[in-house]
Amino acid sequence: MAASTSAASGTNIYAAGLLGKRTPWFVLAGCLAASFVLFWLLQAGTPGATLNVAGAIIVGAIFYPLAIYTISLLVEGARKAKDRLVTALVYGAFLLALAPLITLLSTVVANGLARFDLEFFTYSMRSIVGAGGGFVHAMVGTLLMTLTATVISVPIGLMTSVYLVEYGRGPLARAITFFVDVMTGIPSIVAGLFAYSIFALLFGPGTKLGIAGAISLTVLMIPVVVRSSEDMLKLVPNELREASYALGVPKWLTILKVVLPTSIAGIMTGVILAIARIIGETAPLLVAAGFTNNLNYDMLNGRMQSLPVAVYYQYVSPGVDVQAYLDRAWAGALTLILIVMLLNIIARLIARYFAPKSGR
Amino acid sequence: MSKRIEVRDLDVYYGKFKAVEGITLNIEPRSVTAFIGPSGCGKSTFIRTLNRMHEVIPGAWVDGEVLIDGSNLYEAGVDPVLVRRQVGMVFQRPNPFPTMSIRENVLAGVKLNNKRLSKSDADDLVERSLKGANLWNEVKDRLEKPGSGISGGQQQRLCIARAIAVQPDVLLMDEPCSALDPISTLAIEDLIEELKTEYTIVIVTHNMQQASRVSDRTAFFNIAGTGQPGKLIEYDDTSTIFSNPSEQSTEDYVSGKFG
Ligand SMILES: Nc1ncnc2c1ncn2[C@@H]1O[C@H](COP(=O)(O)OP(=O)(O)OP(=O)(O)O)[C@@H](O)[C@H]1O
Ligand SMILES: [Mg+2]
Repeated sequence: MAASTSAASGTNIYAAGLLGKRTPWFVLAGCLAASFVLFWLLQAGTPGATLNVAGAIIVGAIFYPLAIYTISLLVEGARKAKDRLVTALVYGAFLLALAPLITLLSTVVANGLARFDLEFFTYSMRSIVGAGGGFVHAMVGTLLMTLTATVISVPIGLMTSVYLVEYGRGPLARAITFFVDVMTGIPSIVAGLFAYSIFALLFGPGTKLGIAGAISLTVLMIPVVVRSSEDMLKLVPNELREASYALGVPKWLTILKVVLPTSIAGIMTGVILAIARIIGETAPLLVAAGFTNNLNYDMLNGRMQSLPVAVYYQYVSPGVDVQAYLDRAWAGALTLILIVMLLNIIARLIARYFAPKSGR
Repeated sequence: MSKRIEVRDLDVYYGKFKAVEGITLNIEPRSVTAFIGPSGCGKSTFIRTLNRMHEVIPGAWVDGEVLIDGSNLYEAGVDPVLVRRQVGMVFQRPNPFPTMSIRENVLAGVKLNNKRLSKSDADDLVERSLKGANLWNEVKDRLEKPGSGISGGQQQRLCIARAIAVQPDVLLMDEPCSALDPISTLAIEDLIEELKTEYTIVIVTHNMQQASRVSDRTAFFNIAGTGQPGKLIEYDDTSTIFSNPSEQSTEDYVSGKFG
């Protein structure tokens, strides 16, 4: 049908035969239908077999690029056919990447809702065997340790990046950059062992404290903060610094009042994403802060539970009533995902709110 | 307020590369001096040495003397921050602070230095500076709007207002009109004419008409070839440079035979 349109508009030399807007959808539907029919025919012989829906969709999705390429090649020519093929592949990759995310979310929500109740947010696991109880001790622990880690890491990380961007020249700056890169790559359990061994040396072996957990998180967080703030500070145009210097403003005031305010949105976004990154850490907290069923507000005294560790323990050491433990684990996982999601939303809002405004 | 600038045998370097060589000239107070010359001959490099902005670039350094009313800027112990408070600068591309409103941009030189200013003094200063930069009427109703939300020409005049708000003795302008339309250019040229009564003004320009319209004295810079340092070829009254220069290359340049 497209070919006939091009023939009709023969007066326009730029007109070429084009498939209609809806044609790809028809082709897709055709491919899926063909694939379903194929699967149905193959299984028709075996009695009692159910139709393999997932397999049919996958095979249909493989048919589609081939079909659209061939059709387009015949009707529209080689360039447009390549375009259609690549479009199909790009969309396919996108859906493929999205699929595990969506299944993960839906599984966690479906399993987590069973125990996502008031008790879960008001009770600790103290002397709970079997059903009931909650994760309030883990939430408090996660909150306190993450907050402490943030309070320590942000000033250190930000000042390091200011040094690297505004002052750092020569071997010292290169060394710092190198070690920050190395730190980004260390496995998180090493950070946990580092904090653990420091506290073991200071207070004797086996010392597990909330603050030790916070310090192991700090080790993981500082390089992330340095990296993201460094990138943000580098984005500030040199012209603004020069404008400030030319007004007789000293360098430190220029950094404080021109460079940092200009990049604050990006820096805060980076910090929040760094928090989102460390809040799900399990291994270092397991090593450094230990495990407990009790609510503990004291960073400097006693073990401290965190959400990922609590989820882990529910899973590895269930009691007799296994389902109760698994339900709590899923609810914990759901809480963690919601917290990270919230942090990401906050990061976006901050970026929008603090971004330099233009327009009238 | 305006001051005399003397430059004595100044060489300017970027690392090992000598960009400008052997400049000696005097700039009188209450005058407009234009720097002209082909691209890459070192006009921007040289003008930035007059308020120690050159050394902001890593590896950049200077050999020679620049005296402002007799004090050498490059003597040991001179604080570049104090120099820049006396010698203001307007850049080729308008660069208002994007995080600040129009009003805050004008007050930037005061506010960024942590100086306190009463509300009425601040209002006065904003109005005086914006009027001085011929911008007051266009922005008086939206002083609280972001400084980057006005047109390019208005932004450039905002930068001039910002520079004169700190009341410098000398005002350096590096191609202030190169990004502007003819009407804004004219507004800035009128402005330079007015500012001349209070400040010593140095302006870099590629526009011969502009140099001949606004300046009292003109300095012609040239470069022998790529990789060579730029040099001051001729420095004289603007009328002499444009009508009766003593150097052949100056005549070729101003008459448009090359460059
Ligand atoms: N940051 C820098 N680092 C190294 N060399 C530089 C730097 N800036 C300029 N130069 C060199 O110094 C010389 C003079 O440059 P400058 O910018 O002063 O020229 P100009 O006369 O202002 O030219 P234009 O009229 O195009 O603005 C050129 O050779 C240039 O390549
Ligand atoms: Mg220049």
